[in-house]
Order: sequence, then C-alpha cells, then structure tokens
Amino acid sequence: MTGTDTTTARPAPALGGAPARAALALGDDALVLAQRLGEWAGGAPVLEEEVALANIALDLLGQARVLLSLTGDEDELAFLREERAFLNLQLVEQPNGDFAHTIARQLYFSTYQHLLYAELAAGDGPLAGLAAKAVKEVAYHRDHAEQWTLRLGDGTDESHHRMGTACDALWRYTGEPFQPVDGLGTDTAAFEPAWLDSVTAVLTRAGLTVPDGPRTGAWAAGAGRQGLHTEHFGRMLAEMQHLHRSHPGATW
Amino acid sequence: MVTTAPASAPGTGTGTGMITGTQAPTALEAELARVAGAVPDPELPVLTLADLGVLRGVHLTGPGRAEVTLTPTYTGCPAVEAMSADIEQALHAHGVPDVTVVTVLAPAWSTDDISEEGRRKLTEFGIAPPRPQGPPGGPVALTLAIRCPHCGSTDTELLSRFSSTACKALRRCAACREPFDHFKEL
Repeated sequence: MTGTDTTTARPAPALGGAPARAALALGDDALVLAQRLGEWAGGAPVLEEEVALANIALDLLGQARVLLSLTGDEDELAFLREERAFLNLQLVEQPNGDFAHTIARQLYFSTYQHLLYAELAAGDGPLAGLAAKAVKEVAYHRDHAEQWTLRLGDGTDESHHRMGTACDALWRYTGEPFQPVDGLGTDTAAFEPAWLDSVTAVLTRAGLTVPDGPRTGAWAAGAGRQGLHTEHFGRMLAEMQHLHRSHPGATW
Repeated sequence: MVTTAPASAPGTGTGTGMITGTQAPTALEAELARVAGAVPDPELPVLTLADLGVLRGVHLTGPGRAEVTLTPTYTGCPAVEAMSADIEQALHAHGVPDVTVVTVLAPAWSTDDISEEGRRKLTEFGIAPPRPQGPPGGPVALTLAIRCPHCGSTDTELLSRFSSTACKALRRCAACREPFDHFKEL
C-alpha cells in the first residue's frame, strides 16, 4: 500500500442501479479479455507479440479497474463473484485458440470497443471521462488487430486458412455487443453498421471472405450480458480466482 | 489487484469534476507543485513528473495538509502507485505531514502535455519523442517521419506498435541499424 487512499472507510460506490450494471458489463468485458490475453505470456509466437498482447491486456485491466471501482470493491468483484454474476460478452471469454483466433477476437472486439468508447466520450454520462481516455488506447488495439488480420489473411496459404477459420468460428458472437444495455445511456445498435462496414473492409482487404452465418445463436442472444456464459468461462474464472480465494488478501 | 489511488471515488474518477471552481494557487501551493513536479518518473527517470505533464495541481486543504492531483498516462499505467508514493515522500520531506494523492482521468492526458524540455530529454535518452497531435478526435497520426534518436535519420521503420512499456512503440533505424523506442502519440 502506498497510502494513497483518501479514506479509511470504504466509500459508497459512485454508481448504482442500471448505470452501475452497465459499467460492470463494460468492466467485465475488459477484465475477462485482459485475463485471456495475459494467458499468452510465455507462449506468443514472437517476443514482440508477447509484449504487444501484454500491453493491450494492461490497458484493458486499467479500464476494468476504473469501471469495476465505480460499482464497488474491484478485488471483490473480480475475484469473489460466481460465473453467473459476470456480465461480459461471450466473445471476450472465448479461448485464445491459435494466434489467428486471438487476432479475430481482437478485431471484432476492439472495433466494437473503439466505436462504443468514442460514443460514450462524446456524451456527458458517468463513463465519459474514462471513455475519452480509453478510446485513444483502444485505437492502437484496433490498429494492431487490423494489421495482423491483413498480414495473416494475405500471407501464406496456411495463415490465410487459419485466419479464415478463426473469423468464421467467432462470427456467432458478434451480434451480442449490439444488444441494448440498460443504463449505458447510448444506443449500441446505432453503431452496428459502422462496425460491420469496418470489419468487412478489413476482411476484404485481407483477401478473406466475410462470414455469412448467423451473428447470434438462438440460445445465445444477449446471453453474456445476462450472466449466461459458454463452457470455457468457468475454467477461466477458476484459474483467475483461485489464488485470491485460497489466500484471501494475498499481495506481492 | 492491489487497491490503488481512489481513481473512482465519487467525483474524482470520471467526468469533468476537476478544475471547475479551482482558484489560483497560492505561493505555497506553487512551491509545493514545484517540489512534486521535480519528482522523477519511475519508469523514465530522465523526465520529471512536470516534464511528463501528469501533475495536475497541489492544493492545501488545511494546515499541513495537501492534496495532489495526478493523471495517469495510460489508464492501466502501473507507475501511478510509485509516482504517488514518491510525491508523498517529497512533500513530507518539504514539511507537509499529511499528503493525499488523487488520481483523475479527465481531461485525458495526451502526449501533447509533455513539455519541450521533456521532449529534448527523451531524445537525449535515446527515445524518439511523440509527434505533436493537435486537437483530439483525429485519427492516429502515422504519416510524419520519426527521427532516429541516435543518428538523426528519418529513415526509420516500425517493428512493433507495443514496446517495453505501454506508452512506447519499437522502431529500427535503417541508416544506423539501431533499434529504438518511440514514445507513441496518445
């Protein structure tokens, strides 16, 4: 502890009700994706990518800490909630897969997050300050994902095949980000056309086919935001939470 | 996750709560701001916090009690905790027993907040300084040449958008072949 806390008693959360739930949803997106990207540490294809993915994860973790803290104690929220209490999109909890899957997930998510933060930053809601800061960070995440999509899609036969497979596999999770979120104060469906245009342009430039399957499953519509997650998520949480649950209050 | 400065305490975390209604600093506040501003950045010790432009102000809230406002470069910047501790230490040594460091996010820090002196020190240290960006909202600027801090050549290429810290990109000079960090525009 550095003694920077201004209070000894726990302050009341800055947000409550629907706005708190919306902040939690965005915070969970950032937290869960940060955890997934962190899993690449020690296993990325090249050192530069290891550093890049860790830096992107760090940006997301910083955003998650601010967002979760608006609604309560960040550590309790991150480490002591059960799976059904997490409100993140199913897209961000999907396993890393091969590098192409990670890049496809980054492309889909960072394009969405960049548009969302730009929208929030332009407003005067409680998340405007964070969004105005984070939108600049996410611009680099989006650029990173786009550059890799081009490089893999327009690369060797093998990289082209893998990138195409990854884009197809994650397509079914790309409808959920545009479902309405109560308390967010912005209409997420309004920037869905911009998302689709951008992703289509990148995939086309990369020589990839834009997937044509459904963007949500009948069982999946809006599910992550309602606390319904895919099979992979429980195992990810177990790894993320076990240290804190086994040794409450542990620091290093 | 270690609890940090109350970036999100009511009225400090987000929004535009700061600055409005702020009065001009007193002579003592200005002096304390100089002391806090002279603290070196923990990750780039050639720069002071004032050079970096992350110190937003020092306010005396009572006798022997100061509140320092700090803004992070990146939302997840891990150096903020070390900066806060260093500021506290510096002000304690300057005779202020009760120091609180508050982190604010708005208005968002930009690389345009790095001083001319800071840019000069970065170049001397072997880090290409960020290019000026102008008003926010524009696209990520990638057109102006970035000069090699070692030999001065503008013939440099991007190796990776992310480098040793979140705020830097890794480049290589085609003339002298040295790799170098570039403080990327934010």
